Amino acid sequence: MSLEKKEFKPKIVAFCCNWCSYAGADLAGSSRLTYPADVKIIRVPCSCRVNPMFILRAFEKGADGVIMCGCHPGDCHYSTGNFYARRRMTLLFSMLDYIGVENGRTRVEWVSAAEGVKFSETMNSFVEKIYSLGENVRLGDLRCKS
Amino acid sequence: MQRIGVFVCHCGSNIAATVDVSKVAEMALMEPGVVHAEDYQYMCSEAGQAKIAAAIQEKNLTGMVVCSCSPRMHEATFRKAAERAGLNPYMVEIANIREHCSWIHKDVEEATKKAVILMRAAIAKVNLNAPLQPGESRVTKRALVIGGGIAGIQTAIDIADAGYEVDIVEKTPSIGGRMSQLDKTFPTLDCSACILTPKMVEASAHEKINIYTYSEVEKVSGFVGDFTVDIRKKARSVDMDKCTGCGVCQEKCPSKKAPSEFNRGLNTRSAIYTPFAQAIPNVPVIDREACIKFKTGKCGLCAKVCQAGAVDYEQKDEIVTEKYGAIVVATGFDTIKLDQYDEYAYSQSKDVITSLELERVMNAAGPTHGHLERLSDGKAPKEIVFIQCVGSRCSDDRGKPYCSKICCMYTAKHAMLIRDKYPDVNVTVFYIDVRTPGKNFDEFYRRAVEQYGVNYIKGQVGKVIPQPNGKLLVQGSDLLDNKQILKEADMVVLATAIEPNPDVRKIATMLTASIDTNNFLTEAHAKLRPVESPTAGIFLSGVCQGPKDIPETVAQAGAAAVKAIGLLAKDKLLTNPCTAQSDILLCNGCSTCENVCPYGAITYEDKEVNDHGIRETRRIAVVNSALCQGCGACTVACPSGAMDLQGFSNRQIIAEVDAICR
Amino acid sequence: MQELINRAKELLADGTVARVLGWKGGDLPYNPEPAYFETAEELADFVYNSFCGANLSKYMIEASKLEGKTMVCLKPCDTYSFNQLIKEHRVDREKAYIVGVGCKGKLDIEKIKKKGVKGIESIEGAEITDEADTLKIQTIYGEKSCAYADAMLERCHVCKGKEHMVYDELIGDSKETKDADRFDEVARIEAMSPEEKFAFFQKELSKCIRCNACRNACPACSCRKCVFDSTKFDSSQKANVDSFEEKMFHIIRAFHVAGRCTDCGECSRVCPQGIPLHLFNRKFIKDIDGLYGEYQAGADTTSKAPLTNYTFEDAEPSIVGKRG
Repeated sequence: MSLEKKEFKPKIVAFCCNWCSYAGADLAGSSRLTYPADVKIIRVPCSCRVNPMFILRAFEKGADGVIMCGCHPGDCHYSTGNFYARRRMTLLFSMLDYIGVENGRTRVEWVSAAEGVKFSETMNSFVEKIYSLGENVRLGDLRCKS
Repeated sequence: MQRIGVFVCHCGSNIAATVDVSKVAEMALMEPGVVHAEDYQYMCSEAGQAKIAAAIQEKNLTGMVVCSCSPRMHEATFRKAAERAGLNPYMVEIANIREHCSWIHKDVEEATKKAVILMRAAIAKVNLNAPLQPGESRVTKRALVIGGGIAGIQTAIDIADAGYEVDIVEKTPSIGGRMSQLDKTFPTLDCSACILTPKMVEASAHEKINIYTYSEVEKVSGFVGDFTVDIRKKARSVDMDKCTGCGVCQEKCPSKKAPSEFNRGLNTRSAIYTPFAQAIPNVPVIDREACIKFKTGKCGLCAKVCQAGAVDYEQKDEIVTEKYGAIVVATGFDTIKLDQYDEYAYSQSKDVITSLELERVMNAAGPTHGHLERLSDGKAPKEIVFIQCVGSRCSDDRGKPYCSKICCMYTAKHAMLIRDKYPDVNVTVFYIDVRTPGKNFDEFYRRAVEQYGVNYIKGQVGKVIPQPNGKLLVQGSDLLDNKQILKEADMVVLATAIEPNPDVRKIATMLTASIDTNNFLTEAHAKLRPVESPTAGIFLSGVCQGPKDIPETVAQAGAAAVKAIGLLAKDKLLTNPCTAQSDILLCNGCSTCENVCPYGAITYEDKEVNDHGIRETRRIAVVNSALCQGCGACTVACPSGAMDLQGFSNRQIIAEVDAICR
Repeated sequence: MQELINRAKELLADGTVARVLGWKGGDLPYNPEPAYFETAEELADFVYNSFCGANLSKYMIEASKLEGKTMVCLKPCDTYSFNQLIKEHRVDREKAYIVGVGCKGKLDIEKIKKKGVKGIESIEGAEITDEADTLKIQTIYGEKSCAYADAMLERCHVCKGKEHMVYDELIGDSKETKDADRFDEVARIEAMSPEEKFAFFQKELSKCIRCNACRNACPACSCRKCVFDSTKFDSSQKANVDSFEEKMFHIIRAFHVAGRCTDCGECSRVCPQGIPLHLFNRKFIKDIDGLYGEYQAGADTTSKAPLTNYTFEDAEPSIVGKRG
């Protein structure tokens, strides 16, 4: 254990739906639109597959920010998945805000398969926000921290 | 414990230039379950795939991770390669270290670190993967088309021409639908009956097509490839096999006061009737509400005059049960009711009519035998006003928010036909916008204005006031000249909004096909799957999906037919194994999951369970894997975690989260 | 109470019901507990007074599996829970004979104790028929008194009303006890700074001992097996060992009952640590009402729950930051 303060490298989890946002991230990649390597993407079939437990789990394990991306409302591959996801996330984020977790640590963005630019811009701005908020101390499992 | 192989692809220099691929392979070996790791220039190449096959066999791999390009690119390739080498294809996971890593990062150390983390997440997931088997379901090689208008007829003919049996179910006594009520069609002005009737004959004569008229779909069960449908054949009171269609019964019928549905109630018909002369089948039905025999027990004249002995007052509704592989919905439209638009005096004056009524007035077989005349006094009109967008593009809840799409064109058609046949009649059209995209459409509209001198006024009509002298005072505004207009007209024609056939909601519920707030059926994808319902095996043809004109309807009908044929051509359907499954011991049977399933894939059954010694009957969610598309909405709705998604299970996703946050 | 007992005896005698689900006296004057009665003799122990706060609707899940009908005593607020359980197919309406019992607001013994009243021997004024505004409390230190309203459970101050949502018959009158807005406390917390909010919940939640009383009493938390007890999520199965898990537990618990919680207040009533757990559920209810339209779980058995419903125009999650 070192007493020296380490440079803050945030851990950011991005849940992306397979049909729109994951494809949007692929397009960002093939267009060489950069965003920080702090973002790691988990592919889910649909934004409606993202359980609030996954988001809390990420924070528990030390994530500093969690972002969920899905198809634009009305464009869901499964017609209605993102509508349910939208309500779930709105309520969850509101609850996290309510217990004093900085609301910048969570975000939902709708990114279509054609929006590589938007994907990259979204990730850049989200990472920037997390840097400004600093390390997540309020939701982490203290046992994991050294 | 799994025996996992990790294959790191250089993708030439696409990955290798920014990611230290050999380092990634080296790090892989430190992960739990990994027994083999290698990197190679092009994993997707034949040589690369051979390496994968060799490793699977030599190391007896139970799972594998390919660190390469996006799974959207080559997941299928690697899954096939694995399967050929004897590994279940669903034991393959991809770590996307190209699009999500090497292509967007410049610093080799940073990119390598990230690639390792992405790989770890994939390994963590594979550790929890289970071999999955796609299910198989059979395909009944027969299609059902609901609705016998031009959409349904075209779809049925196309499917039948491909060699498959098709049944058409039509609610009214004849096929033909709305198009049979039209006089002429835009933009060519050919006679509607002349182009429709041959199609009707073709459908009825087709050896593969079976038509149920005067029938309705009563019940639908089953799923894609294997639907079971109950069809109610309403009692026609006339024996289809015996009737020769001579028409004597209709002539002799003493009850002639029932409003004619075909002529939009503008005139009447007999109680025993065929809706129109070219009806198919040419077999009348008895309207039991109007028939004197059914009302009083007396009469029976039609039976007496029928030489074929076809009239059968005892006939009862009959339920036919049939199996289908595909169902096409072609339920069409009607015009909206005008109760909410009393300012146009539709209910007050017989000379205010809808455009569809005008079609009947202009038609030689219509109530006025094709003469343009006022329905109140039979006089020839000199001044006709058309009002556009009645109930369309409406921002309040009186009407519909959408554009009915066909009105601009048919109004131009009506105006042109009237000016052509009756050059002394003045025609004025009040419009909000004129929307005429389509082949030869704008040219058509311009001809109406330029050649036929139709007076187009941009502006809305506030009120139509019937005058004591029988005229109609039209109060409108001219937005371009910014002035109020008062115009005396002899006749007012309302371009009434169209809406999906009111029965469609009932049908959609039976089919578990989703429907939007305007009662149009929802397509599986607005752009890429426009003729398929999100419910597998259900296809959409015609206006039930959204407003469209005849050429668009016919094109969509053909497209729906092709999609149905594509399904019927298969002997078996392989079902996606990444479907939801409910854990029998955890399920509460609370119905929450059912409420979010867009496919109606979840039902509930009372099942005997043995929960650690407690034996009881419980209500358990059961997922029909042929219907489930694997979105996962149910898995999050389920509070107990009983519902889980194969291939994207809760534990798998959590393992990925943990690996990334490690 | 006698009317209830008489009716229960009748129903048992004529075979309408096989058992009665009510309350019996506890070892102290203020802790009656839910109990089944199968004979007229057993009903001698039956009590129904102002300390009978327990919501009996959840017991009907198990009672629905028993032979014959169960007469169940439900207060107006309990009937919302029962309706919700009907909606979720967890109870069998046919197996319940619901006697809607009157309620004049239930008492919270902790509130009385907090006033420094100790050594309680008996409490006068807590019978359901009493009209007294003041409780007379005999203690080993002499007689004390306490205003009835001051001793009422928090939930009774924000009572949903005197109407029973579902019943077979009604016995006894109910009293209007609402004198506060149920969202006031939530709004007060919402107005805090993130630091204050965090400190507030940290203080409350650090008292949690994960005894699961809230989960066990909650009629919406009726899963056969809780996710926190199953292996499906690799979630913890143990007592809290760090500050996070208690938050995770309570957030997820509240989330799982969001749109299903009738705001019956049992979670807070049973918490041995006095954590105001209803503040989580109320937050969700407040958000749901504000964002998706007013919704009262259990008011009926057919309406679509807010989390299994949507509109195209629903608020985006970013509204959370914008509402201030």
